[in-house]
Amino acid sequence: MNKTKDRIEHPLDGLLRTDRIPHIWCPGCGIGTAFSSSLVAMKTSGIDLQKTVMVSGIGCSGRGAGYIKLDSYHTTHGRAIPFATGMKLANPELNVVVFSGDGDLFAIGGNHFIHAARRNVDLTVVCVNNFNYGMTGGQAAATTPCNAKTTTTPKGNPETPFNLPFMAFAAGASYVARWTILHTRDLTKSVEEALLRRGFSFIEVLAPCPTSYGRRNKQKPLDTLKTYQDRTIIKHDCHPAEVQLDFERGITLGKFFDQERPTFLDMYDRTCRPQNIVDKSEAV
Amino acid sequence: MKPAVLTGEHFITGDVACAEGALAAGCRFFAGYPITPATEVAEHMAARLPDVGGTYIQMEDEIASMGAILGASCAGAKSMTATSGPGFSLMMENIGLGICTETPCVVVNVQRAGPSTGLPTLGAQGDMMQARWGSHGHYEIIALAPSSPQEMFYLTITAFDLSETYRIPVLIMSDEVIGHLSERVIIPEASVIKLRSRPKPKGRKDRFKPFQPGPNGVAPMAIAGEGYGIHVTGLTHDEKGYPVMTAEAQEEMVAHLTGKIRRNLKDIIKTEAYRLDDAEIVIVSYGVSARSSLAAVDEARQLGIKAGLLKLVTVWPFPEEKIRQLAERVKGFVTVEINLGQIHLEVQRCAAARVPATLVGHAGGTVIPPDRIIESLRNFS
Repeated sequence: MNKTKDRIEHPLDGLLRTDRIPHIWCPGCGIGTAFSSSLVAMKTSGIDLQKTVMVSGIGCSGRGAGYIKLDSYHTTHGRAIPFATGMKLANPELNVVVFSGDGDLFAIGGNHFIHAARRNVDLTVVCVNNFNYGMTGGQAAATTPCNAKTTTTPKGNPETPFNLPFMAFAAGASYVARWTILHTRDLTKSVEEALLRRGFSFIEVLAPCPTSYGRRNKQKPLDTLKTYQDRTIIKHDCHPAEVQLDFERGITLGKFFDQERPTFLDMYDRTCRPQNIVDKSEAV
Repeated sequence: MKPAVLTGEHFITGDVACAEGALAAGCRFFAGYPITPATEVAEHMAARLPDVGGTYIQMEDEIASMGAILGASCAGAKSMTATSGPGFSLMMENIGLGICTETPCVVVNVQRAGPSTGLPTLGAQGDMMQARWGSHGHYEIIALAPSSPQEMFYLTITAFDLSETYRIPVLIMSDEVIGHLSERVIIPEASVIKLRSRPKPKGRKDRFKPFQPGPNGVAPMAIAGEGYGIHVTGLTHDEKGYPVMTAEAQEEMVAHLTGKIRRNLKDIIKTEAYRLDDAEIVIVSYGVSARSSLAAVDEARQLGIKAGLLKLVTVWPFPEEKIRQLAERVKGFVTVEINLGQIHLEVQRCAAARVPATLVGHAGGTVIPPDRIIESLRNFS
């Protein structure tokens, strides 16, 4: 084996469908970084990868499921979470990771998100938030900052975006964090933690979309990263109500909430199953 | 644990019989959302599933319910949902995902009169074409129509068998009358219920192609967590399951999805004949309307009209050959259904103007009285 061959191997090759590379993500896009952080976290967390599944919805981030070399399901727009819920409930041994975008998880799929968080279904949800619908060419999303320009808000966005960690927290998630793709070590550690937590874990990952969002908002690829460097503050345990994204005054990152509570299946077993069955399983 | 198969004689509604049929078929996951007149299926599953090692979840809507049963099926469970018109409309996109990803599951539609909210508590058969073409794109589907609580029990088992065999969502197109009708239902011993299950992959896991068809046109199905590392997508894909964005790949995939059903019509299509051998006029009907038709045949015979009934147990794929064969020798067809002509369009198509075909139907809200069918039969003679 020659040295060139050694060099072109990527440490994550074992987890990638290398026969599907090159991927579709644009130069400067942040999804790849969020994706590799998630993959590294899967490796380092020590979870059984054969029992690990990635479920995605539709959109640029939704293509994540197509590149991971594990059982992976690329579903319909907005419906990754209900699909993942069915998987987890049918086989509780599976580690189910939902990897998808802000448009998918919080506009068309918003209702599913809050209900899965409320039920505390044992899922790890990684949401790449690039503030717009990238795949369809840059339309406004439920996360587009007020006044930002997109193809469907040519004079600026008149709407107020969601504060995603606050929504996750309010709906009942067990673990809530936010990072940017510049904070890869923190992000990786956070995904690793989330994978090992029982219950509904949510991580928002801020990511640049220079092709569709950046160029309409006077943000060159490096400008966005510079913002992530200069205008972010890490404040663990900050109340999620206080982390509304504000690019002028500063963006709060960190692990905002981490508190275990019974999962959907814990409660289901306790409440609905004949107690002799439950007792037996607890005795094991 | 309690027995999944409640062997014995029962007096239960169609909805409850459907739930019992599902349990007897090995269904261990149900996701649903309340809707009249299908709610009792969910209620019965909620009560029974945890006792037999299964899981019930009430989702936030029917879109989520359909998504959840697909996910559960991909994780290895036999899964089902039940709904009525408005919920059926919401399920359509994910039914398409199930067709494209070849995910077995059963969807029950206890039909009520539409469009829109319509008559929630009153029956109809107005979703028959939606069952055929309601999701976007070109595809084949399997839909069964039970005429009694007993058939709700058996056909739910058949629906699971077909969905597992052909890796496709199977629809049970019931209606409010059958769903809420209480009748005697006999549940046999568990040992005599022979179930089919999805074809399993063999050979090396790293070489497995999850969408490469086997001998009957159906690909063996790997389950999440078994170590095959499969990719499944609703995008047009090749045998590896990888997205391929070309017209050729599209042609090949749709040919496969439709072909696996078209090539197995003999196994899938089930009809029942009543006094058909010497019939001159053939009533084509299904579901609750087949019961009105049955009464009409006997009455018509007493009046000297040589009528017979072809009851469609399988509505989709449509038994085209059967109708074509009959069109060679009979004087005409009367389609009886609670809509203004849906399956009737298929009967007309297959009769191909060789013999006349008329419709006895209305917009929904009540069953079709046998008198109206007899009146139509008289007009033929």
